[in-house]
Amino acid sequence: MLRTVTVPENDPVAIEEKRAIIDQILEQNKHLPGGLMVILNEVQSQIGFISEPMQQYIANKLHVPVSTVHGVVSFYSFFTTTPRGKHTIKFCMGTACYVGGTPQLIEKAKQILGIDPGETTPDGQITLELCRCVGACSQAPVIVVDEEIQGRVRPNKFPQLLRLIQDEQKEA
Amino acid sequence: MAFYRSHVLVSVDPECVKRGAHQIIDALNDELVAQGLIDEIQVLETSRIGDPVLFGPDMIVYPEGVHYACLSPDDIPYLVEEHFLKGRIVEKFRAQEKKVVDEELGAPKAKEVRVVLRNCGVIDPNNIEDYIAEDGYMALAKVLSEMTPEQVIDEVTRSGLRGRGGAGFLTGRKWQFCRNSQADMKYVVCNADEGDPGAFMNRRVLESDPHSVIEGMIIAAYAIGARQGYIYCRAEYPLAVKTLNIAIKQAREFGFLGENILGTGFSFDLEVRQGAGAFVCGEETALMASIEGRRGEPRPRPPFPAVSGLWGKPTNINNVETYANVPQIILRGADWFASMGTEKSKGTKTFALAGDVKHTGLIEVPLGITLREIVYDVGGGIKDDKGFKAIQTGGPMGGCLPAEFLDLPVDYESLTQAGSIMGSGGMVVMDEETCMVDIARFFMEFTQEESCGKCTPCRIGTRRLLEILTRICEGKGEDGDIERLEELCEQIRTASLCGLGQGAPNPVASTLKYFRHEYEAHIYEKRCPAKVCRALIAYEIVPEACTGCTVCARNCPVNAITGERRQPHKIDPDICVRCGICMQVCNFNAIVVN
Repeated sequence: MLRTVTVPENDPVAIEEKRAIIDQILEQNKHLPGGLMVILNEVQSQIGFISEPMQQYIANKLHVPVSTVHGVVSFYSFFTTTPRGKHTIKFCMGTACYVGGTPQLIEKAKQILGIDPGETTPDGQITLELCRCVGACSQAPVIVVDEEIQGRVRPNKFPQLLRLIQDEQKEA
Repeated sequence: MAFYRSHVLVSVDPECVKRGAHQIIDALNDELVAQGLIDEIQVLETSRIGDPVLFGPDMIVYPEGVHYACLSPDDIPYLVEEHFLKGRIVEKFRAQEKKVVDEELGAPKAKEVRVVLRNCGVIDPNNIEDYIAEDGYMALAKVLSEMTPEQVIDEVTRSGLRGRGGAGFLTGRKWQFCRNSQADMKYVVCNADEGDPGAFMNRRVLESDPHSVIEGMIIAAYAIGARQGYIYCRAEYPLAVKTLNIAIKQAREFGFLGENILGTGFSFDLEVRQGAGAFVCGEETALMASIEGRRGEPRPRPPFPAVSGLWGKPTNINNVETYANVPQIILRGADWFASMGTEKSKGTKTFALAGDVKHTGLIEVPLGITLREIVYDVGGGIKDDKGFKAIQTGGPMGGCLPAEFLDLPVDYESLTQAGSIMGSGGMVVMDEETCMVDIARFFMEFTQEESCGKCTPCRIGTRRLLEILTRICEGKGEDGDIERLEELCEQIRTASLCGLGQGAPNPVASTLKYFRHEYEAHIYEKRCPAKVCRALIAYEIVPEACTGCTVCARNCPVNAITGERRQPHKIDPDICVRCGICMQVCNFNAIVVN
């Protein structure tokens, strides 16, 4: 088989323990009907992203063309091909949040962190993202810090919130 | 059988036992004997009542339903004398319920009828016994032991239940189509891909009452002859996925799922599949593609899923709320269900009420209720007593209805006729400070981004719509834009492949129809009447009101505000990005928009 993807040293496929995680996910789900989505969801949540070499690796193991895997990865917004920051802050773009002031929150975050939604801070700590309605509309505007939903966020509360994340990092 | 005037249920949760629940029971019995009440009052053991860590050992006394907590055996003589002899509730032993404010789902308001939401917040979703205690799985038992599949379908058809996902197809008829399809394998699928921004009814049902959905699915499987089911839940709802998995595991342990259900020879099993953030997967053919592990792109219908669905086999797809209604219909009968609602739209509907109303959150109302009743009676009216401007129903495929439609009955046909849709049940109320052009642009941004790209009218049409709307909002609207929008809307609606594309122009078409003057103000007068569109407004500081506190200057993201401390400040309109933060943080209302 023709292999065009060269695997960089720091790719999860090249790191033994990470590869073991992928192998285990593949082993558990490869016979499941429609298992590709399940596998990719698991890999995304456990490794954090699905790089091109990883897609190639999964395709080989499942005996499907890499285009099939890439097609699915690129279709769904939850799958990312590059690593995200250690923490992600997602801004809910649901109707209630949008009306309730998400644009102002994004403006403030941009001002403090100097990055746009979809980008990661140069130190690899924080990624800003826009997300679809998380269904917490009664608390609009809402942001999701890592997995935790925070409601009724005001722009002037933002610096405090970032400090909390940064303090956590220092402790850890 | 002995008749007792009162029952005392003492929690024998392990934590309560550790804290002396059995001593409490002994003390109770002793005291009741001593007072000569033992023939009138029965002491029973029960599973946990409240949180045992907070309340244990605790007990509940019926018929009053009083919850006594943190008891010790020494308290019992006094309690028995006061409560059972003198009939007075002992306030000091009563559990001090933490005032948990449920922001999503409050107590039912006037005009609400809770069918689907009846167990939400009442039972423990992670304990199947709680559900069983509320008549859970009784409908399944009835169906499996007393009814033929045809009778089940007939009952559901007669109830008039229509798909709660938005399209409103008669559920019983859908089941009948699927039953009529001959195949070696059939599937039942639950659409839990609730992607509409502003809608979270299904999330709440899945998180608070997962078994009602599971029971509904098993009944559907029996009716159509399916052996395997899938619940497709969106990735944005991790808690719902977790709760469902626990519920499915427990249902299996209790013999409601798996081989030979309740010993009747009927077998059915369920699996949860997670989406990955694609709105279009809420469309049924796209959803099935996603379950199959492929890109979630819709395909033309027919063939309908009832004929050729998952892996080419007949498949029945309903949404969460539809399934959750089924057990109730079986238990209480089609006539009961059909007694609620209008002639063509029966039963109740859950809505997520959001936006500028006083009480936001989940509501469940009988169909046929008017929008006015929802906004003013259930929602408590507009926040800060501002004026009502529009109500947006049906999510991004729905439309915005103005005040003239407040007396419109909420049912499938009336909403469609008015230019909106029922949709899955998002309802966003907008006050006079909302710009309708901006809202149309917002929804178009959503659909444009979520368009899967398979068919041209949707892929390119939504983008062109968005471009024109953005231009109008930026003050660059031209003569003829309105006509262009109208033409595009019509083309996208008629030519798109799936519901997403066909519904995408709705927010634009409905605002064009009812709020045309706002478009005209943007285009011809370069003015945003609601003062929202950034390019058409300017923030200014009223010197008389400004105290020079510097809060605005410190919070301005682009440093457009200058001024000495205790002196009136000024905004430089060339630097200002019109984010509105200054206005939000100003404590003296000194900042105005023009």
